[in-house]
Amino acid sequence: MSEKLTIGFLPLVDACLPILARELGFAEEDGLDLELTRDVTWATVLDRLLYGHTDAAHMLAPLAIATTMGIGRPPQPLAAPFVLGLNGNAITLRTELADAVCPEPVLGDPAAVGAALAKQAEKAAANGRTLRFGVVHRHSSHNYMLRYWLSACGIRPDVDIEIVTVAPPFSADALESGEIDGSCVGEPWNSVAVDRGAGRIVLATAQIWRRGVEKVLAVKEARLTERSEAVARLIRAMRQAVKWLVDPANRESAAAILARPEYLDGSAEVIGRAIADEIVLGAGAGASHYPDFMFQYNEAANFPWISQAKWLYSQLILWENKPFDAADADRAGRVFRPDVYRQALRGTGDLLPGASSKVEGSIGGPLAVGAEQGRITLSANGFFDGRVFDPDEIEAYVAGQR
Amino acid sequence: MRIAVIDESRARATIIEEGLRAFEGSEIFVLSERKALLSRIAEIEPDIVLMDLGNPARDVLEEYFAVSRALARPIAIFVDESDDQAIAASIDAGVSAYVVDGLSAPRIRPLLDLAVRRFHAFARLEEDLAEARGRLHERDQIDQAKRILMAERRWTEPEAYAELRRKAMDSNKRIAAIAEAVVTAHELMKGDQ
Repeated sequence: MSEKLTIGFLPLVDACLPILARELGFAEEDGLDLELTRDVTWATVLDRLLYGHTDAAHMLAPLAIATTMGIGRPPQPLAAPFVLGLNGNAITLRTELADAVCPEPVLGDPAAVGAALAKQAEKAAANGRTLRFGVVHRHSSHNYMLRYWLSACGIRPDVDIEIVTVAPPFSADALESGEIDGSCVGEPWNSVAVDRGAGRIVLATAQIWRRGVEKVLAVKEARLTERSEAVARLIRAMRQAVKWLVDPANRESAAAILARPEYLDGSAEVIGRAIADEIVLGAGAGASHYPDFMFQYNEAANFPWISQAKWLYSQLILWENKPFDAADADRAGRVFRPDVYRQALRGTGDLLPGASSKVEGSIGGPLAVGAEQGRITLSANGFFDGRVFDPDEIEAYVAGQR
Repeated sequence: MRIAVIDESRARATIIEEGLRAFEGSEIFVLSERKALLSRIAEIEPDIVLMDLGNPARDVLEEYFAVSRALARPIAIFVDESDDQAIAASIDAGVSAYVVDGLSAPRIRPLLDLAVRRFHAFARLEEDLAEARGRLHERDQIDQAKRILMAERRWTEPEAYAELRRKAMDSNKRIAAIAEAVVTAHELMKGDQ
């Protein structure tokens, strides 16, 4: 008999893997009956996970870490055995601001756009205004990537620029009404703002950190132990789904499934563009192809590297003004579960990295690394400012960013 | 105690509000509009905030409660660990509670219990309503099917109804389902004329 597993999600393109695992029958073939529960806020996705309405959830990676550490509520240990995708977010600015900092309708150079934005922030301050940016959640990669970029460009978040939380479906409205000057949000919400003429996309987060971790599949640690076999089946089904998804021949079918009312309830055309890494930067512009925009399959992209979790921890303590604590860092790192990923996929022929942690941002070009069998080739994974993150040197890294 | 009920469903908010009035010394503020929500909350300075789980403003409000300096006293998610069961019950009912720092659990519990009961009551009410609407719709379909049969077959109303019932019994279906098929078929045929 098949086993039932309930998964919570928000209607975003990167919720695609559990949806496709169900709709394409990969889960069912492996004896798994997937049920999906849609919500409109991360708070509710998290509550349902913590109180057992769901077994697993599509979740912001930093939120899984903050929940485990007990920030804002009592700690509840979560486990992330699968990364649902890398990047996939973009920075969209109000049209006038975009014209001032990135005059050409192309993805800008992060350092140049940042330098120009610093001038605009100064100009606004001289007029008694503070530029305001919206992110989807305080504990989100969007927030950390935006802050990383701003601070590396000499703009102090919370001082020179205000950062507030805006729910993704309202970010186009907020740009239009002038409530915010810019946003860092996932697809399809940048494209919605562009289509409505509310703003222009100036950067993809992949330009800030080429292999930045985004959403994960989160499970309560205790539930992972109880349902380890079902979670392993889910991991296998999602790996099959992602392999199918990245085949350009399947783009339209994938977009049509995701666009359904019970899933993203959106435009299949816009969703199809996001899947194909094509973005329309400004109203009336053609689609430009940026292959790293959302990265989901190759190079073991779904493998949960402990070092990714530790980078998120470093940014969490930096922006929430918490002291470094070796035990906390360790606990945050252990939220990511490469052991569970490996165990689920061993014997399927999938390439499994031999290491569980790496120095993030250190690869400049294609590099073959050890796998359990054979080699995996990783390509450039740098941060735009050339810094590298050594998971064993978190304190020094954070000190260098302050 | 100042209680803010944030709910875009005005009807549900009213039901919660009505229940909470029973608590002596409590002042209730209902916020159904998304517009200017944060500034309204800052004005109200609530001790307790009740919000439905489906509210799209939850992430924004949680962030505001956690970091805002506009509120004199910080508001936390209702997280006294000893009250885990109470939270679980509220999540099941579809309501989230946020409580100002320092408010003791014994004062909150009865309030939360009541909110949970009211949320459940509202859900039942909605189910009843949906059922009633369904029945109304069914009756409508049966009436329409009868009219179609009366016009096309020149039957009397009792004859038309008897025929619908006979078909339903023969095919082991509900009369409403047969009626719906008649109406649909009739609409399709009309398109050909």
